[in-house]
Amino acid sequence: MNTTASGFRRTTLWLGLAGLLALFVADISITTRDPGMELGRISSGFLSPDFFATEQIGSALGYTLSFAVQGVTLGFVSGFLLALLWRWRMIRAFSATIRAVHELFWGLLFLQVFGLSALTGLLAIAIPYSGIFAKVFGEFLEEADRAPALALTPRSDAFSVFLYARLPLVWQHMKTYGAYRLECAVRASAILGFIGLPTIGFHLETAFRQGDYSSGAALLYLFLGIILSIRWWFRPSLLPLWIAAALLWAPPRANYTEGALSRFLTEDIIPAPMRQNDWQWHQLTDWLLMLAREQILPGLGNTLILGMAAMLMTGIIALLLFPLISSQFGNRFSRAGGHGLLVIFRTLPEFLLAFVFVLLLGPSMLPGILALALHTGAIVAHLSGRFTDSLTLRSDASGGLNRYAFEVLPRIYPNFLAFLLYRWEIIMRETAILGILGITTLGFYIDSAFSELRTDRAVVLIAAGVALNLLVDGISRRLRSHLRLRNGLADQN
Amino acid sequence: MFQFNQHTLQRQGVTVLQSLNLTIQQGEKVALLGVSGAGKSTLLEALRLQQPDQVAWCPQQGALVPMLSVFHNIYMGALERHAAVYNLINLIRPLRRELEAVTQLAAELGISEKLRTSVDRLSGGQAQRTALGRALFSQRPVLLADEPVSSVDEHHAQSLLMLALARHDTAVVALHDRQLALNCCDRIIGLKSGQIVIDGASNQLSKHDLDILYQRR
Repeated sequence: MNTTASGFRRTTLWLGLAGLLALFVADISITTRDPGMELGRISSGFLSPDFFATEQIGSALGYTLSFAVQGVTLGFVSGFLLALLWRWRMIRAFSATIRAVHELFWGLLFLQVFGLSALTGLLAIAIPYSGIFAKVFGEFLEEADRAPALALTPRSDAFSVFLYARLPLVWQHMKTYGAYRLECAVRASAILGFIGLPTIGFHLETAFRQGDYSSGAALLYLFLGIILSIRWWFRPSLLPLWIAAALLWAPPRANYTEGALSRFLTEDIIPAPMRQNDWQWHQLTDWLLMLAREQILPGLGNTLILGMAAMLMTGIIALLLFPLISSQFGNRFSRAGGHGLLVIFRTLPEFLLAFVFVLLLGPSMLPGILALALHTGAIVAHLSGRFTDSLTLRSDASGGLNRYAFEVLPRIYPNFLAFLLYRWEIIMRETAILGILGITTLGFYIDSAFSELRTDRAVVLIAAGVALNLLVDGISRRLRSHLRLRNGLADQN
Repeated sequence: MFQFNQHTLQRQGVTVLQSLNLTIQQGEKVALLGVSGAGKSTLLEALRLQQPDQVAWCPQQGALVPMLSVFHNIYMGALERHAAVYNLINLIRPLRRELEAVTQLAAELGISEKLRTSVDRLSGGQAQRTALGRALFSQRPVLLADEPVSSVDEHHAQSLLMLALARHDTAVVALHDRQLALNCCDRIIGLKSGQIVIDGASNQLSKHDLDILYQRR
């Protein structure tokens, strides 16, 4: 077949086969004794939320928002500075590396130096976000029209040219993207509670672990409410006010003990065998081989298996759900219902969903696959569904399944694939941190290394995670350019 | 077959044709002429709505699915004749029976060697043959077509249009080529400034008579 559709089919076939293989070898057992009963208890908790059970609920909210606002602001500024130097390969590699490490892993690292403190919360968000902003802003500037700058007199100084003829072209996009990132940062900030920072996640974890589902549900509703109402309480013009409030509430101070930083840099992260006075190279290689055999390879393998299985399920869920919100199908009421469903799964972070599913089903890969697939599937369904609204079908186009298979799906498939492939890297990043919940992905070994105070191992494991992420990113980019899919990056919100 | 009594046709809230009186009998082969924007497409759409189940439809916009093959695009004319599951199977793996039927039609239209090529890799003329193919494959008695052969070269345009007209009992076709209209159709309707200004048998009209449609006021 010499058709464009057959190219999409081939890619789908290979991704699907990889996903099926992963699903086949994945451990998807249910290890809890009575998940049905637990589900019943959780459901009744959600029907009777108790908003007054958690003390410090206000302070948890304050910290969640403070870390998010400060982190995004710092990330925005430093990401912009990095974007100015985007043509340098070094800068691009640096940005790719810092964004390949998940916020939670940055949090665990800074915890070793700055303790449980506002500075840890701020940096855990700001650093990976700098990398993300750098990439997005760098690409905005690359794609922006150069003609206005070239039209200026050649003697104008570079700074003025940038200010007058480059920045205005991308400023609106930067603002929009920044606002979208704030929403992500509120999610990330909440999740940081799972490693001990005093945000909503901390109280959520406590409530759910104690089986106090009524107060857990209340926290979850509150969290949903904050994120869904973001466009009303956050406006760019109010940003200075928000920054001031965030700094007042959680001044970025460290809980720092004398010499912690130098000890971290000169001792903790030095591989254990190298800390002896008369160490030899073979000891280091033995140590690395041991680490590779016992932790890196199983961790990476499980991350890859869970990630690919989740990728397949994400695709299936997205293809099933997008008609719910598409104006090509259904009626006003079915679309409203569809939007409601997708909004909930888009808003709840995959980590949080996985946490609840682990409580229900036990720490196999099943809760991880479900959580990632539901969250990412809802996002891809939302983006694809929204794209179908721009299609004009001929007036005698058929309805129902015929319309779906012949008219709509072939037309949106390139966009669907672009959204999905772009999400691949994010799925892998999120898969790694699910280890913190006891699922044996890379994060499981990283979390264990930190709790055994073996920072040296944790750093090597994080580096392995970075390598996996860069690899996936590279494959995804090559696939997209091979299929001539446009970069969906700026359309993620 | 079709009838309008003092109808006013609008497109996106703007009146295109005013107090329209028109009757088209079964068996007529009608050409619609007029400058672009005269209301040909709007009139065709209104005709389609009068007999939605009788009409083989060949529009200008959104007519084909670009990434699907010529085979599938032609087959789409037959979607309503089969169960959705049958259609789905045929989409994933073309069924021999359908392949044979479509191949025969494609050969008559001169695109049989492109059957497995997707429409976005075809020339404009080839895409138009495919769109016409879909209309023919829907096997309905009334052809309503909007500039179905505008990108096909002059020589082939006439034989292609003749073929399409011969397969239908009744036809209304919007055209811009006056000679083609006179050669192929037996009735000419000319639209100008929201009105029907010419309506007559084509053997009573000359190419010169049609000039007023294209003259500026």
